[in-house]
Amino acid sequence: MTADGIPRALVIGAGIAGMQAALDIANAGYEVVLVERKPSIGGHMLQLSETFPTLDCAQCILTPRTVEVGQHPRIRLYTYAEVTEVEGELGHFRARIRRRPAYVDWTRCTGCGLCQEKCPARVPSDFEEGIGRRKAIYTLSPQAVPNKPVIDPASCIFFQRGKCRACEKLCPTGAIAFDQQETTVVEEVGAIVVATGFGLYPPAEIGEYGAGEIPDVLTGIQFERLLSASGPTAGQIRRPSDGKEPKEVVFVQCVRSRDPEHGLPYCSRICCMYTAKHAMLYKHRVHDGQAYIFYIDIRSAGKNYEEFVQRAMEEDRVLYIRGRISRLFPQDGKVIVWGVDTLTGKPIEIAADMVVLATAVVADPSAREVAGVLGIEVDEHGFFREADEAMRPMESTRPGIFLAGAAQSPKDIPDTVAQASGAAARVLALFQRWTHKEQA
Amino acid sequence: MEIAYFPGCTLSTKAKGLDRSARDSLQALGFTLREIPEWNCCGASFPLTNDDLRLAGAVRNLVRAAEMGQEELLALCSTCYNVTKRANRVMREDTTRRERINTFIEAQYDGHVRVVHLLDLLRDRLGFEELRQRVTRPLEGLRLAAYYGCFLLRPADEIALDDPETPHLFEDFLAALGAEPVFYPHRGECCGSYLAVGAPEVALDASYRILQAARRSGADALVTSCPLCHYNLDHPQREMATRYPGFRPLPVLYITQVLGVALGLDPEGFGFERHAVDPLPLLARVPEKVSAL
Repeated sequence: MTADGIPRALVIGAGIAGMQAALDIANAGYEVVLVERKPSIGGHMLQLSETFPTLDCAQCILTPRTVEVGQHPRIRLYTYAEVTEVEGELGHFRARIRRRPAYVDWTRCTGCGLCQEKCPARVPSDFEEGIGRRKAIYTLSPQAVPNKPVIDPASCIFFQRGKCRACEKLCPTGAIAFDQQETTVVEEVGAIVVATGFGLYPPAEIGEYGAGEIPDVLTGIQFERLLSASGPTAGQIRRPSDGKEPKEVVFVQCVRSRDPEHGLPYCSRICCMYTAKHAMLYKHRVHDGQAYIFYIDIRSAGKNYEEFVQRAMEEDRVLYIRGRISRLFPQDGKVIVWGVDTLTGKPIEIAADMVVLATAVVADPSAREVAGVLGIEVDEHGFFREADEAMRPMESTRPGIFLAGAAQSPKDIPDTVAQASGAAARVLALFQRWTHKEQA
Repeated sequence: MEIAYFPGCTLSTKAKGLDRSARDSLQALGFTLREIPEWNCCGASFPLTNDDLRLAGAVRNLVRAAEMGQEELLALCSTCYNVTKRANRVMREDTTRRERINTFIEAQYDGHVRVVHLLDLLRDRLGFEELRQRVTRPLEGLRLAAYYGCFLLRPADEIALDDPETPHLFEDFLAALGAEPVFYPHRGECCGSYLAVGAPEVALDASYRILQAARRSGADALVTSCPLCHYNLDHPQREMATRYPGFRPLPVLYITQVLGVALGLDPEGFGFERHAVDPLPLLARVPEKVSAL
C-alpha cells in the first residue's frame, strides 16, 4: 500500500450512491470533489415516487441529503460536468473535469425560476422520461440542487434561430450568458469512488411490445413519474393517449432481464419489488381498478420484502400470473396483451388500458467510456468489474478506484447505500493512514 | 439475369398458380429462371428434427444449383425457403455435420450458394424503385395486408430476411406495386401450419384471428408467399363463416399473383379459380393497364 497520498476524494456521480459516499467521507473530515453529469444531483432516486418496502416518499427522504451535499463545506460540487481524463495512481490522481456551459451565470442566478416560466420552447423532458415536458431553460426538478437552470441549445429558439432572448430580457439579475464557454478544471485527489449509476433497456428495441410506439405502454420509470406528486400528472394515474384513468393495468416483469436470448441472462434485482409497489400504489389510487402482474418467479429477498409482496397480493388484491407476455399491440383504444399462464398452461388475452414494462437494468450507456477514462474494467454486460466478486466488491480493478451502487451491478437503494458507505470506508482507511502515519 | 429456381413439391401440385405467376412475372422483369434438375422435396420439417438425413434432401437441391454454376437459389415457398436456407447454413458453418451429409449424398458442398426469396431477390437484384418503374398496372386503391407468417422471419439469426418483430420488406414490395400496405399486429403470427391436419380447430382459430386483424385494419386482401399458409387462410373461410358470427370473407393472394397483375400480365394460369374466396372481383377494381405512350 502507498505510504502517502492526498487525503481528498473524487466521487463521480451524484445519485444516492455518490451522495452517500461523498457525505461519509466529508463528514469524517476530508474534502470531496463530487462530479455530476446532469445539471443537478439526486440521480434516479429523485425520479421515484415512493420507495419499497416502506412506501416512503422518495423526495422526502432524499432532499435532506441533496441539501446537505449542496451546502457541505467540505464537498466541492461540479454539476453539468464530466471527468474526461485521470492520470496518476493511488494516492496521487490528477482528474481533468470538463464543465459544460449552462449559458447561465450561476453566481448571479438566484434560482427565482422566472426564466423557465417565460421560456416559449417546450420539449419532452428526460427527467419525466418523455411523458412530461420541460422548457429550453430548465432545472431537472423543483427541488433541484443546485437550483440553477441550464439552457439546452438544441431546443433553445435563440440558439436555433437567432431570435427570442426572452429569458435574458426577463432575468432580474442579468444571469443569462449565451456566450458562456466550456471550462476545464483539474483536481488532485488520492482516491476515487465511481458511482455513475445504471441505464434501462430501451423500449424501442422491444419489437414484440410495440417498439416503444404504443402510447399506453410505459416503462417502470415512466410509471414512477405518473405516480409522483411532482410528475406530469401530479400523481394521478392517467393514460398518455387520452388522459383517462386506466381500469385494467398489466405489469410485466423480467422485460429482457433473465433473457439470455437477448444477451441479458442476469436478474435486474429491483423489478419484483418495484412492480409490487407499482401495483399497490395503483390500487391505492384507483380502487375499482384491476392490476395484473406477469412474473417468472418472485424474488423478494430483503428485509420486509416478502411481507411487502404478500401485502400486494392479499390486501391490495393484485393478481399475480406466472407467465410471460408474447406480444402487445393496440386495438380499439386498448392494449391487447397476449401471454400464457404457465401454471395452468393456458394462453391468456387481456384487453388492458395500460401496460407497464419492468425493463432490464443495464449498464449506463457511458460506462465503457468512463471505464476507459479511469483505466478500470467492465464485465461482459458493461457493469464495472470488481476486484473480486466475493471478497472485494467495492474495489475496481485499479488500486485507489472504488465502486458504489448500480454501476457495479443492479441493486436496490438499501444495497446501494450500504455499498457506497463501504466504498467510503475503504477510502477513509487510506486517508487515515496517510494523515496519521505516526500511529500506523 | 439468370437464377437457379427450386419450385418445390407444392408449387408443382396444389399451388401451381404460385409457380406460374412467378415464372411469368420474373420473366417479364428480365430474370431467366433455371429450374434445378432432378430436385426433390426440401424435407419441409427442419424445425422438427436434428437428423442429418432429413437435411440431406435440401442439401442435394443446393448441390444441384452449385453444379449449374449458380451463386443463388430462389425458393418461393416460405417453407422451402426456410428449410433450404437453414440447411445451407449448417453446410456453411458446421464442419462435422457438413462432412457427414456430404459423405451420405456423395458430394463436396460447402454452403456457398445463397438461398434467396422473391422479396430479397427483387430488393437486391432489381431494386424496389426499379420495380415501381416496371409496374404498368399499379394496384391503386388496393389495401393489401402482407402476411409473413413464421418462416420468412424466424429464426431471426438464421433467416435474417427482416426484423421478425417489426418487418417492412413485404410492405415495401407491395407499396412498389402501387398498393397501400396495411400494417396489422398479426402479420408474423402462425397460421396454425400442420395443425390443419392434427388439430384443425386450432389452425382454424389461428387463421381466423389473422384474417380478422387484417380486416380490422382495413385490408382488402391478404398476401402470402406460403402455400401452407394460403391453404389455412383461404380454404376454410366458408367454415369460419358458419363458426364465427359476423365473419366476412377476405381474399388471400399469392405474392406473385399481385406482382403479375401489377406488371399487367395475362393472368391465365395464375390459378385464381382454385381460391376458395374469389379474388377476381377485388382485382377487377384495379384500373386497367395504362397503355404505353
